Amino acid sequence: MSGKRRVNDFVIRFANVNGTGSASTNGLFAKSIFRSGVPVSAKNIFPSNIQGLPTWYEVRISDKGYLGRREGIDIMVAVNPQSFQEDLQRILPGGYIIYDNSRPLHDDQKRSDINMIGLPMMLLSMEYFELPRLQQLFKNVIYLGALVALLDIDINIVKHLIEELFATKPKLWPPNFKALEVGYNYAKENYDCPLDTRIEKRDLIGDQIMVEGNEATALGIVYGGATVCAWYPITPSTSVAKAYDKYANKFLIDKDSKKKKFAMVQAEDELAAIGMVIGAGWNGARAFTSTSGAGVSLMNEFIGLAYFAEIPVFLVNVQRGGPSTGMPTRTQQGDIISSAYASHGDTKHILLFPSTPNECFEMSATGLDLADRFQTPIILLSDLDLGMNEHITEPFSWDKNRKYDRGKVLTAEDLDDPNLDWGRYLDIDGDGIPYRTIPGTHPSKGGYFTRGTSRDEYARYTEKGAVYKRNVDRLTRKWNTARKWVPKPEFYQDGYKSNHGLLFFGTTTYAAIEAMDKLQASSSPMDAMRIRAFPFNNEVEDFISQHDEIFVIEQNKDAQMRSLLINELEIHPKKLISILNYDGYPITAQNIIEQIGEHLSIKMISQV
Amino acid sequence: MSYIKPTFVHPQAPRNEVGYLKRDYEGKISTLCAGCGHDSISAAIVQACFEMNIEPHHLAKLSGIGCSSKTPTYFLSNSHGFNSVHGRMPSIATGANLANKELIYLGVSGDGDTASIGMGQFVHVIRRNVNMTYIVMNNGCYGLTKGQDSATADKGSISKPSREATPYEAIDLVGLALELNASFVARSFSGDKSQLIPLLKAAMSHKGFAFIDIISPCVTFNNNKGSTKSYDYVREHISITGAMDYVPEEKAIEVEYAEGSQKDIELFGHSVVHLEKLAPNWNPTDKQSAIDKLQATKRNGQILTGLLYVNPNPRDLHQINHTVDIPLNKLTENHLYPGDGELDKINEGMR
Repeated sequence: MSGKRRVNDFVIRFANVNGTGSASTNGLFAKSIFRSGVPVSAKNIFPSNIQGLPTWYEVRISDKGYLGRREGIDIMVAVNPQSFQEDLQRILPGGYIIYDNSRPLHDDQKRSDINMIGLPMMLLSMEYFELPRLQQLFKNVIYLGALVALLDIDINIVKHLIEELFATKPKLWPPNFKALEVGYNYAKENYDCPLDTRIEKRDLIGDQIMVEGNEATALGIVYGGATVCAWYPITPSTSVAKAYDKYANKFLIDKDSKKKKFAMVQAEDELAAIGMVIGAGWNGARAFTSTSGAGVSLMNEFIGLAYFAEIPVFLVNVQRGGPSTGMPTRTQQGDIISSAYASHGDTKHILLFPSTPNECFEMSATGLDLADRFQTPIILLSDLDLGMNEHITEPFSWDKNRKYDRGKVLTAEDLDDPNLDWGRYLDIDGDGIPYRTIPGTHPSKGGYFTRGTSRDEYARYTEKGAVYKRNVDRLTRKWNTARKWVPKPEFYQDGYKSNHGLLFFGTTTYAAIEAMDKLQASSSPMDAMRIRAFPFNNEVEDFISQHDEIFVIEQNKDAQMRSLLINELEIHPKKLISILNYDGYPITAQNIIEQIGEHLSIKMISQV
Repeated sequence: MSYIKPTFVHPQAPRNEVGYLKRDYEGKISTLCAGCGHDSISAAIVQACFEMNIEPHHLAKLSGIGCSSKTPTYFLSNSHGFNSVHGRMPSIATGANLANKELIYLGVSGDGDTASIGMGQFVHVIRRNVNMTYIVMNNGCYGLTKGQDSATADKGSISKPSREATPYEAIDLVGLALELNASFVARSFSGDKSQLIPLLKAAMSHKGFAFIDIISPCVTFNNNKGSTKSYDYVREHISITGAMDYVPEEKAIEVEYAEGSQKDIELFGHSVVHLEKLAPNWNPTDKQSAIDKLQATKRNGQILTGLLYVNPNPRDLHQINHTVDIPLNKLTENHLYPGDGELDKINEGMR
């Protein structure tokens, strides 16, 4: 039988055993689609384990540029016997399975409604390669070669990618090319190539790049001028620190002395990590830490100190499935509330919601500016999907004349001004933001005592209720100033055309945009807004007030963004309809459409 | 009792070499209990900084939470201070030090703040050899919450609120610091100014992590009969490694010495600790002899004080990190901008 004709519109999943070198081969596959000019998104679905457990790599190819996840597998490359049955059942009728037929399958390992493509991966590998370790590794390249033939990928693109991957080890090129050709030739000789599900070259990528969000975040932090990194390893944030290390060692080494213009400390825990960031921020260096939800929980007390003592902090939270240890290698937007209100007492924090790697870059640099401007913690809320998967995104750009916004910092000359009435917590400008001094600035002026206890405008300890209240009311003023400074939402229409609005943020955007297109195509278009920051700007409030009902799409169980909107903007709860996904996998457009449809039809019935 | 300090300064009051009066190093009036050992330590810090000609803005004082951590308000008013959260002063100090390696960092902690809630950060700040002075004002109890035993309360010691002998083993912070290879380890007594002031000076000159455990009796909750941290008990059981004097900026003289004689230790390339050595079988640059001496004294029921161990040439965190000479907090776009065209190259590599 043959499959449905699917050109540049299918999902292929690789089922591997983790720790067998499949990641780099699968990465080559996705990159070769990208190089063919076709939009592609790849997601690692990996276990919290080093070696031996099932791991999947799911690639969606879409001429229309839909980069969100899609349910259903069109092609399964089944390399893992352990998960074979499960993988077999996931394939859509008419789809394909490419499996290792070095040993014959049992009867219950077959399906008649799909196409079974046997490829003797292990036998071929053993025939062409001697060392067992290499046989294992090149098995992967052999299936890649077969895919190149079956899907009509330009083999030269793959060869170039191999050369780039091993740029410093040209010795590795010939055996990789060999393995590639072995798979390619086997497919050509034994099957009708290409399949009706295939790749056709396009020119849909333009000057876009493909990169993981965490790498982009780290690069943005380097461009934003952070010189101190204190961190503690935790999935899925670890690669932020790793990439910072890479870029800092590339760009922040003094040319003459070869010494580092930065400092990195792998702390003993998350508490110490953020403590160091606070110490460095207090002392005038830009500093950051990266962590995930569990780390933010541990940092809570310190976050409150930085908020109340007004110290710049840049905190990257790459969210994963919670609560507790939760699903450490799955994605979620589950830390909205715990980040927004982190720490005891009346605290609120500025949040940034990037949805692409380009935005991770831009918002990291901006976040460091905002931390200095508002002298407070800024939390970048990324997630595992964005942080650890490669995404197609606009290229990074930087205005070479851009200056850091260091906010209100007094110099020695400022302090010598006889007319200056300075108090560390005195609101001179009426915007709630006081002026600060950096230790060591002036021999006799500007020294003050930083504390987490209540204090007056001149940083003197006080237990007087009125003085305390004056200070926290100023913090509210500062918060309201921030509403005008944080990134504004993105809109997807000119003027409002519908009574319904879609509201989303972060990685939900990919699926939401696809859902928007489908609603449009089914003659029920909806207006849409993507929130990019908390506190909510006036534009967010306006969008909500201009629509009868808002579908708030998010990836957590408790509708945390919805709660935040209700709480902060005093919106009637009935107006905000939750569209939720919380199984640890990125949300799909189909899921969004179904939930919206369900709500609208239920409503229609109740109106009858 | 008055909370306002008189502003009168005697016209002949001496100024130090950098032009400051002693009162420039003082702080607000202490709100600790009258007779608290901590106030003596604050006074010693004022004296040490005045005599060392430290410009107040070149020193940052940091603390955690507790009676001890309140004291930075009572000295060095012209210095920046940071009263952080309980047990976490070391991480704040580490970050501050990373941002500006040119300041002197004086961390003040207590036995609760260090030996219990702060134990994790204490051992790691030692491990990293952050260039700072770390003082524990050690009174064996939690004063601010009415005198509960702390983890440094000796087994068998009786405090006023508990009225019972502590059943748990005490944590000896000095022994721990030695074990962890702290590059400067000392113990002193708040009632022994002649020892404490030179120790503070030597610690603040040390280019690495300098730890001083200072027994500082709590007059309200732990100065009773049966307590091993009372003024009387400490005075009766003190054993001193040596009378010492700190001589800044002096050329070092290596001296061979016998038991009970003098030793000058060149510290940090420019200053000298002039030591009248009283304890036998002990050499302050030999860690093993310090450990042996400490344990022998403990076995005899004595409290060993003085400079116990010093590594005159330690590698601090910045040396380990290979940080540039200019403090990180002074780096601007001019130093940090990766350069025109670099981002284009990165973009190209991601296509």
